[in-house]
Amino acid sequence: MEQILLGAVSLGLLWSIMTLGVYISYRILDVADLSVEGSITLGAAICAGMITAGGNPVLALLIAFIGGMGAGLVTGLLHTKLGIPALLSGILTMIALYSVNLRVMGVSNVSLLRMPTVYTLIGELLGTSKTVSIMIAGSLVAFALVFILYWFFGTEIGSAIRATGNNPHMVRAQGINTDTAIILGLMLANGLVALSGGLIAQSQNYADVQMGVGSIVIGLASLIIGEVLFGRHGFKSRLLSMVFGAITYRIIIALVLRLGMPADDLKLFTAITVALALSLPRFSAYLDTIKASLKGGRRHA
Amino acid sequence: MLKITGLTKVFNPGTINEKIALDQVDLHLRPGDFVSVIGGNGAGKSTLLNCVAGVYRQEAGSILLDGQRLDRLPEHKRAKHLGRVFQDPLMGTAADMEIQENLALAARRGGFRGLSWGVTASEKAEFHTRLAALGLGLEERMSVKVRLLSGGQRQALTLLMAILKTPKLLLLDEHTAALDPKTARAVLALSDRFISDLGLTCMMVTHNMRDAIAYGNRLIMMSQGRIILDVNGGDKKKLTVEELIQMFSTKSGEEVMSDRMLLG
Repeated sequence: MEQILLGAVSLGLLWSIMTLGVYISYRILDVADLSVEGSITLGAAICAGMITAGGNPVLALLIAFIGGMGAGLVTGLLHTKLGIPALLSGILTMIALYSVNLRVMGVSNVSLLRMPTVYTLIGELLGTSKTVSIMIAGSLVAFALVFILYWFFGTEIGSAIRATGNNPHMVRAQGINTDTAIILGLMLANGLVALSGGLIAQSQNYADVQMGVGSIVIGLASLIIGEVLFGRHGFKSRLLSMVFGAITYRIIIALVLRLGMPADDLKLFTAITVALALSLPRFSAYLDTIKASLKGGRRHA
Repeated sequence: MLKITGLTKVFNPGTINEKIALDQVDLHLRPGDFVSVIGGNGAGKSTLLNCVAGVYRQEAGSILLDGQRLDRLPEHKRAKHLGRVFQDPLMGTAADMEIQENLALAARRGGFRGLSWGVTASEKAEFHTRLAALGLGLEERMSVKVRLLSGGQRQALTLLMAILKTPKLLLLDEHTAALDPKTARAVLALSDRFISDLGLTCMMVTHNMRDAIAYGNRLIMMSQGRIILDVNGGDKKKLTVEELIQMFSTKSGEEVMSDRMLLG
């Protein structure tokens, strides 16, 4: 059981970086960006390709981040400069990336068994087990990113991106190019998602062209869990709540699997959870009207 | 300073819903002009302001500001020269950002935005003074999200943001129409104070004829995409609402003005 929990926490840390990316596109930019499904695999593919070719695993992560930014750039250009709706732009990039990822990997599944990864490097350095190495690397990257993102979104450019997601009319009236702000935000978001994909591939010792399927829903589930369970006050606590949300999601999944849910039903389970969570505002509004009418009825009686 | 020549804007051209919103409009503003713009619904008042601001591209004509072709610039580049306040109090501010963050965005209008901190300490001190001058107590709530402010407070904040970096031209698009009468008067008085203190050139669209007469040194009346009346200085001061209604029916050939225009 302890082993299962540790595994869930370490996996959650790696996915939390993806969740931070989803937070940027979905919450800050107010764009449902589906290209993340492709960019998470892109990050994995780049790492697998570079490591099997004898490249440095850390450098591979950096290249994965840059590759993800490229994917975000494409989605951003499709949306802002060509006027394609955001959702469709993301889908187009996602589909295109499927082919790109196959090209990068050469085959649909690349094994990294017995090859150097960031975790074997940490293991050699500190003598830690693989799970612990994953936790060290995951928390290091995740919390460093929370810090960097907190700083970035406090800067002039970061403020402009936040305002763009909030009220593009006002932003243009204040002399900010909303196209540029959206593109920058999507690049950063997809860069983080690809970085997360690279870290995940190195931890599971393989990259698979299918591994991104449904990842946006996992990201959203983690995001909502984070927002509901952990602090919503202040930007820093919101970013931290993304990390804890991703970890909690993994723990929940580990528990329901432990309780005997077939792994094949996982995606259905996650989708239903997200649908319920996203519809909560509607339900609570409905409940409020019922409550109000009950109260009113009693008063008249 | 603002020279509009032959400005024409057509919505849905070539379709059954074609609508000529601006029809060969010529308008020349002198520095320091404070023009109130009145007219019925669909007269083209807001379209005129939006064409100047760059929300819409015109079909024909030109807009020059201090000799520079404004109409060739995208909206965000024109913003360098323009301060804008909208009819909808929600439109001028970012709701999920703090009061001081909104002001800081406005303080950088037309300037460079890099990786320095979004709101500096010296700016906070300046914002405190500027907000205190509004008399709404907002200076004590600078780190509060704008979402929590009332419509009037948001509109006052938008106004302050519009003039924080002195604009060449201030565009007020029915900026008091969505407020209750008392708040509307306060925001209008504040606008007037900013305009006279800073010697701003301003175009103010309004539905309220009394306000149009009371504020500004010049009044233009629009109907069906054209300017049908342009009154200046002393003549404007002597205008009455009755005379304006009279002029409207003779000039435009329309008998009835919209209720909103009379009652507003």
